[in-house]
Amino acid sequence: MSAAQGDSPSRRSVSGELDRNTYDREQPRGSVGHRRADPRSGLGRHSLAALSWIAPIVLVLLWEASAQAGWVSPQVLPAPSKILQTAVKLSVSGSLLTDLGTSLLRAGAGFALGGSIAFGLGTLVGFSRLAEAIIDRSMQMVRAIPFLALLPLVIVWFGVGEEQKIFLVALGVSFPIYINTILGIRQVDPKLIELGRVQGLTNWQLIRRVILPGALASILTGVRYALATAWLALVVAETVGAQSGLGFLAMDAREFLRTDVIVLTVVIYALIGVAADAITRALERRLLAWHPNYAGDKR
Amino acid sequence: MSAVPDAGPAVIVDRLRRAYGERLVIDRLDLRIDRGEFVALLGESGCGKTTLLRALAGLDPIQGGHIHAPRRPAVVFQEHRLLPWDRLWRNVALGLPAAGARARAAAALTEVGLGNRLDDWPRNLSGGQAQRVALARALVQEPELLLLDEPFAALDALTRIRMHQLVRELVARHRPGVLLVTHDVDEAIALADRILVMRNGMIAFERRTGSRHGRVHDRAELLAELGVSADLETA
Repeated sequence: MSAAQGDSPSRRSVSGELDRNTYDREQPRGSVGHRRADPRSGLGRHSLAALSWIAPIVLVLLWEASAQAGWVSPQVLPAPSKILQTAVKLSVSGSLLTDLGTSLLRAGAGFALGGSIAFGLGTLVGFSRLAEAIIDRSMQMVRAIPFLALLPLVIVWFGVGEEQKIFLVALGVSFPIYINTILGIRQVDPKLIELGRVQGLTNWQLIRRVILPGALASILTGVRYALATAWLALVVAETVGAQSGLGFLAMDAREFLRTDVIVLTVVIYALIGVAADAITRALERRLLAWHPNYAGDKR
Repeated sequence: MSAVPDAGPAVIVDRLRRAYGERLVIDRLDLRIDRGEFVALLGESGCGKTTLLRALAGLDPIQGGHIHAPRRPAVVFQEHRLLPWDRLWRNVALGLPAAGARARAAAALTEVGLGNRLDDWPRNLSGGQAQRVALARALVQEPELLLLDEPFAALDALTRIRMHQLVRELVARHRPGVLLVTHDVDEAIALADRILVMRNGMIAFERRTGSRHGRVHDRAELLAELGVSADLETA
């Protein structure tokens, strides 16, 4: 494929500052560590996958057994079966789904807001040295602040309503997307851009047909990081003075020492994280079908 | 397909000057290529032949003189430069108006023998196949001037011979003016009607092929112009 793909050959930095604290770009799946059968153990890929589930299952069984035997107080850690019962009970009453929906809505709104602003700014900076000079330094300075440290300030600004939560999510989401958009655009092979010019593309066609597709792998990496940050921001925002949502459910349960509800919310947070990651991976597989490092059609 | 009449110039270069900073790479160069004419440009590395091609393609600014080309030239580079995220037909159709693009791309890909791979990805192609797609992408624009920048240099010897055959057929059918930049004397003799040798930013030598002197004589003379003695080479 030679240098035709903007990904591997050169990871040019966007600027000196960016270089130092760029998000590590995760290796795309299947590129290096593609799972193979281990020739020494004589086990196939599926047997190994099955084997990898044994330890977690055994741990959960041990947990259940020790809770049933009364070795661990239910106040400290209730049995998995008890948590499952709680999940069913709260689902039937509808309160769990309402809180889950509220949380998802907040995350979605914050993600859409922060993501689109960051993508817009990143695209501008990626294309134009002038935009970089105007925008990038301020972005980098704000980025140096751990965004959760702004929580007290955000509460002063917005109170503890929806705005505070959405703002915090948007803030957390924006930096990974901003940086990876710039990186992606800067990494597009200049030879392909030159080719686009030779073929007579207009500037807009050049962006749509050459530059954005070339930057897509990097942008999607940013989206994946952003989803993780969005979730983190939401947990923190909801833990501080919320009247609804998963975080509220957990804090409310703490008041009444309902450890089962607290553990349940933790499990749900984890499941949603896994689901969000799966969605981005599916998106990558679909949008990057051409990319040799992602699963695509191998004809 | 060739609605363009053979007559008339595909490009006229008039006292072209091109400099990198202080260093003059092309100095008052004149050149005319007619439609249907196949011109090969030889020269040592760094003599300015690729610089000339890039100037003709409109990729670099020029510092003096004029380039008169009726339409935008098409270019095939040494690397195929296919967009890895577009299927083959989309690659060939790059820059075409959307209406009828797929049909035109399909026709062009058929011409280079890849008509059955329209929806394939570039990564599944061999080097020679990728270069054929690049050729289709250039010709689908129906250019009056086709610029070839050592497009066969990275191919193996057998593939290169097949590509020569294909290019000869395609050029005979579409009849654009062609400028082939190459360092291979035999390739130039095999393909071109007229061979130029560039030295110190100027055309230093010119020879029509198929002349009364014959091929062996042409070859020795061209090699001598490039600073290689034919005796030395055969020794």
